Amino acid sequence: MLKLGVPSKGRLMEKTFQWFGQRGVTLRKSGSDREYAGAVDGIDGVELVLLSAGEIPRELAAGNIHMGVTGSDLVREKLPAWDTQVGELALMGFGGADLIIAVPQGWVDVESLDDLDAAAAAFRQKHGMRLRIATKYHRLVREFLRDEGVADYRLVDSQGATEGVVKNETAEAIADITSTGETLRANGLKILDGGLIHASQATLFRGRRRDWTDAQRATFKELLALLDV
Amino acid sequence: MTTAAIKAEASRISAVFEAAGAVPVEAEIMQPAEVLLDLYGEDIRGRAYVTDDPVQGEMMLRPDFTVPVVQMHMQSHASPARYTYSGPVFRKQDEDPSRAREYTQVGFEVFDGQNPAAADADVFATVQTALADAPVRAATGDIGLLKAAVAGLQTSDARKAALMRHIWRPKRFKILLDRFGGRVAVPAKRLALLANENPFADAGPEVGLRSRQEVQQRLDTLRADAAMAPISGEEIAVIEAILALSETAPHVLSALHDIAVDMPAIRRAVGRFEARLDAMSARGVDVETLPFEGSYGRTSLEYYDGFVFGFYGLKDNRPVATGGRYDALTEVLGEGRAAPAVGAVIRPDLLLEVRAC
Repeated sequence: MLKLGVPSKGRLMEKTFQWFGQRGVTLRKSGSDREYAGAVDGIDGVELVLLSAGEIPRELAAGNIHMGVTGSDLVREKLPAWDTQVGELALMGFGGADLIIAVPQGWVDVESLDDLDAAAAAFRQKHGMRLRIATKYHRLVREFLRDEGVADYRLVDSQGATEGVVKNETAEAIADITSTGETLRANGLKILDGGLIHASQATLFRGRRRDWTDAQRATFKELLALLDV
Repeated sequence: MTTAAIKAEASRISAVFEAAGAVPVEAEIMQPAEVLLDLYGEDIRGRAYVTDDPVQGEMMLRPDFTVPVVQMHMQSHASPARYTYSGPVFRKQDEDPSRAREYTQVGFEVFDGQNPAAADADVFATVQTALADAPVRAATGDIGLLKAAVAGLQTSDARKAALMRHIWRPKRFKILLDRFGGRVAVPAKRLALLANENPFADAGPEVGLRSRQEVQQRLDTLRADAAMAPISGEEIAVIEAILALSETAPHVLSALHDIAVDMPAIRRAVGRFEARLDAMSARGVDVETLPFEGSYGRTSLEYYDGFVFGFYGLKDNRPVATGGRYDALTEVLGEGRAAPAVGAVIRPDLLLEVRAC
């Protein structure tokens, strides 16, 4: 069996089902709505595995599933040297969200990364600590700021409600996913120019084919032909 | 390479360093993360293993020995002093999983403010001796020249400090240099902001730890900077000329003498460079063929701030030995008390590989 991992709930799941459906492959939940079991029609030899989107990168890398749908941001964040571990098969055109850096609107002097870097230097001098950026995307943000040569910051972990941390004074800036920017504005934040770290969307990935059986390879080929990717 | 072979090679190198007068020292594998984070910033998290102690908080598996050895030296008040150490260090290898995560470093550190040129030459020559006849090429640089050139610019202290802060981040250094040199147009948004008499009109409420006063102060700094003349093209050309140097040491020296005519402020740094070459020559180093690169050492983890060098395998280009001067690091760790220092590490595993291939 060729195992296909798909997000187990919400819009991401529905859109994924739609995307496959439009290409003649029907994915559906089997049994009751609460069960995470699935079925595939339109092709033999494919098993649907419903998983949390956040677990799909790791399961792909571990070889527990052969293909998977998840956000391109999650793959880049969770897998070191991601492109050596998984392959991108298709950008699916939904689930779009940008990983950006946002600062308080009151920082009228900070518009670019250049400004953020200079503000961080002054902040460290005045407060005796590095400027804190709250995020759950540690790898992506750190690599981005390293490549851009931004200094005197530190990352603090925030797994949810990240927009609120500045008000609560647990961080000075944030790096988070946004689709419209509305929540940011409501929390008195603005997006930094040049601070787009990654434009994410739902993406179909495959794992490393090293240990696949001939049957799995054949099914994979057949599925790709059906999906036209 | 077998562990036994690496251990034997490490002992051989240690013996060379001990014969040069170094006292063997040890350091704990787990180091408080705070000190390393403070020195190296967030980048170190991407390179060192972080773990957690219920009492001591965040700890790191040592990514090198330099910090603990400097701390130990600063507490001992001994001067001059020279140390050697040998043991495993730990580095994450996210970007190239084929590289070793745990490997042995054998190090040699000299704390001696009397004669920096002689100390530089001593460390370089001792490492060269320890590498014996391995097929390696040397690379050298001198961050001190770049620092002297930045310090010598005819511009504000704020601009010099900003450039100095980014000497080890070439990309941002260049952006700053272009901006201060007036080589890029000021963005319209920035001009509008500086011209705005009431910039906080649409700023919303004040949130977070960075106060409105701090924002105001930076606006003042930006206005002062906007009113200042750009750094001259000649001076920027000097900095670029230093960064572009890539020749054998004697050619570099004569180029530096030429550059110093345009910027006399680097004369002392050029003098130190010359004194170092003399000292190296006296130690039997063939300086006539010694390569030098002006931007060498700007992207390393350590913040070397003077002489920098490395030895690389001829075929695979892997860094068998690296070293340099780190006076500023001792000042930070010594809380104001400096102890001029120069040191180097050799990787016995890579040395064996280079010899075998």
